[in-house]
Amino acid sequence: MMDWFIAYVESVMRLAAPLMFAAMGGLISERAGLANIALEGKLLVSAFFAAAVAAWTGSAELGLFAGILSGALSGWIFGASTVWLKADHIVMGTAFNLLVVGVIPTLGKAWFGSSGSTPALGSEARIQAGIGFFVAGVFLVFVLSEALRRTRWGLRVHSAGESPDALLVQGVNPRRVRIGAACVAGALAGAGGVVLSLVQGSGYVRDMAGGRGYLALAAIIFGAWKPFPTLIACLIFAAADSAQMLLQGKSIFDVSVPASLIQTLPFLATLAILALRRARVSAPRAINQAL
Amino acid sequence: MRMTKSLSRTGVRSFWGVVFLIVGLSIGCTKKSSTDAQGGQDQDESGSKLQIGLVLDKGGKDDKSFNTAAWEGTQRAVRELGVKVKDVEAPDDAAFEPAIRTFAERGLPLVISVGFAQADALKKVAPQFPNTKFAIIDAQVDAPNVASLMFAEHEGSYLVGYLAGLASSTKTVGFVGGMETALIRRFLVAYEAGARAANPQVKVLHNFVGINMTAWANPTRGKELALTQIGQGADIIFQAAGASGLGVFDAIADTKNKKVYGIGVDSNQNWIKPGKIMTSMLKRVDVAVFDVIREVASQKFVPGVRSFGLKDKGVDYAVDEHNRKLIEPHQAKLEKLREDIVAGKIQVPDYYLQMKEQPKK
Repeated sequence: MMDWFIAYVESVMRLAAPLMFAAMGGLISERAGLANIALEGKLLVSAFFAAAVAAWTGSAELGLFAGILSGALSGWIFGASTVWLKADHIVMGTAFNLLVVGVIPTLGKAWFGSSGSTPALGSEARIQAGIGFFVAGVFLVFVLSEALRRTRWGLRVHSAGESPDALLVQGVNPRRVRIGAACVAGALAGAGGVVLSLVQGSGYVRDMAGGRGYLALAAIIFGAWKPFPTLIACLIFAAADSAQMLLQGKSIFDVSVPASLIQTLPFLATLAILALRRARVSAPRAINQAL
Repeated sequence: MRMTKSLSRTGVRSFWGVVFLIVGLSIGCTKKSSTDAQGGQDQDESGSKLQIGLVLDKGGKDDKSFNTAAWEGTQRAVRELGVKVKDVEAPDDAAFEPAIRTFAERGLPLVISVGFAQADALKKVAPQFPNTKFAIIDAQVDAPNVASLMFAEHEGSYLVGYLAGLASSTKTVGFVGGMETALIRRFLVAYEAGARAANPQVKVLHNFVGINMTAWANPTRGKELALTQIGQGADIIFQAAGASGLGVFDAIADTKNKKVYGIGVDSNQNWIKPGKIMTSMLKRVDVAVFDVIREVASQKFVPGVRSFGLKDKGVDYAVDEHNRKLIEPHQAKLEKLREDIVAGKIQVPDYYLQMKEQPKK
């Protein structure tokens, strides 16, 4: 029984890790006023580039670096296009996600002759971190929570999302704050992508984010745009998902439940959680507003 | 505000600058390899050689398993028969029908559908192109121009299940299936029966990756399921999950503190983690695909159902330098079992038959 419980807790931690990084990234950009529906695309981009660089160089470190860098760069593209070109955030985010779905198989074909996957990575090109990324993620939540409340950067991010005019009065350009936040957000989501392709997987497989970006967004909304409640939401999702895996194939009161029904558990949890919260009440006031 | 306006202008300029830079870089990077790829396509257009259309599923031709097996069959035909192959990977169920129809409309003499999920699409398209030959793997489509290539997965699964039951020291074995379908249940039911036949006390854990096509291409989920099963004591895990199965092997390679082994599927996967994969249940999709191409090339195409099983080695288990040490102690028993199954002395449970026998409610 104890073994079983430890296996469960470990599984929850593994499942939560990529979600946490993506959610924290999304949280920063949303707090700065950028509605970030493009998290899914950023996870995919960074997972792909991390795996591609790791496959070429055989180095996990370079892969990690490439993943975070490509995440930051796509964050910058997203931030710059919404701020300078005044694109609607939701439209832009959706466009970004669709773009990624097409671009990655094209690059995969050109670089690896595959339909969007990278070659399988050997153990030297992967990161053997176990639950290390989960621990790092929890640490990140602590840091972020403090930084948003107490540092100058955190307060500027907050103002960029709540009342950009107040920043202008102070002589701070809210556009720069937003783009900076978008880059940081992209880098964090990039770390989430690295977890997918270098830590949990051994290479990139098409669409491997599997909706985690959207789940992270749901976690942010449930967490009312605050780091700790968002972390809790990520853990609840991961716990439901992991329970789903353990319950598959087990019979409950001698009735064997079909796997397809059990597999809806995480989504039921999401639905229940979001229904119980008063969503959107505490969204940043200037979210999706052009500057 | 004027200041921010001018700022925004430099911003827009630098934005476009970077966009062009990225586009330029990616074109520069792709140029070399794309001309390589075109080398093959140019030949496509030149000769009057036979062209074959291959419709793959989401796992893609580099899933190192089911789709790869079909792909290898066509590549053998390219080498030995000099045919040309056009392939497409359908991103979702809705893409099968247009893909098959496009190939047929282009006048390709043979279109091969890889996977049971294409049966409905093929049922619609095949009658509309009576002069085109079609082949489908893992499903039966009754039409005068369709060959249905069926495999006795249950016979092979029973065999590797028996091996798992013999070799497990924890008396717990696992199964990770891709999409939850009758086909994958057919693997599971026979695997379970085989394991029990070897050791009645053995416990068989099973999980499915998902319930739609993405389940064939989700290795992180496959890995997580395998780790969960290892956590529950499983020491041998058989996967029938397309590209998701690669995650199962990752889980096995990453588990250092316990002795755990995997069993591969469809293609010979022993090489993926040498010494950690007990065997692979082979489904010679490559042979079946090659044979049907050869028939069309020599105008001897025969429609209808053809079955491949243990008897004709259409289904088999793999022994090579990567797993010989692992499998040797059990091989005599496995060979005996194979003979008994072929001779009909052992009835392997077949989920397809069980489904039919179940009273309809």
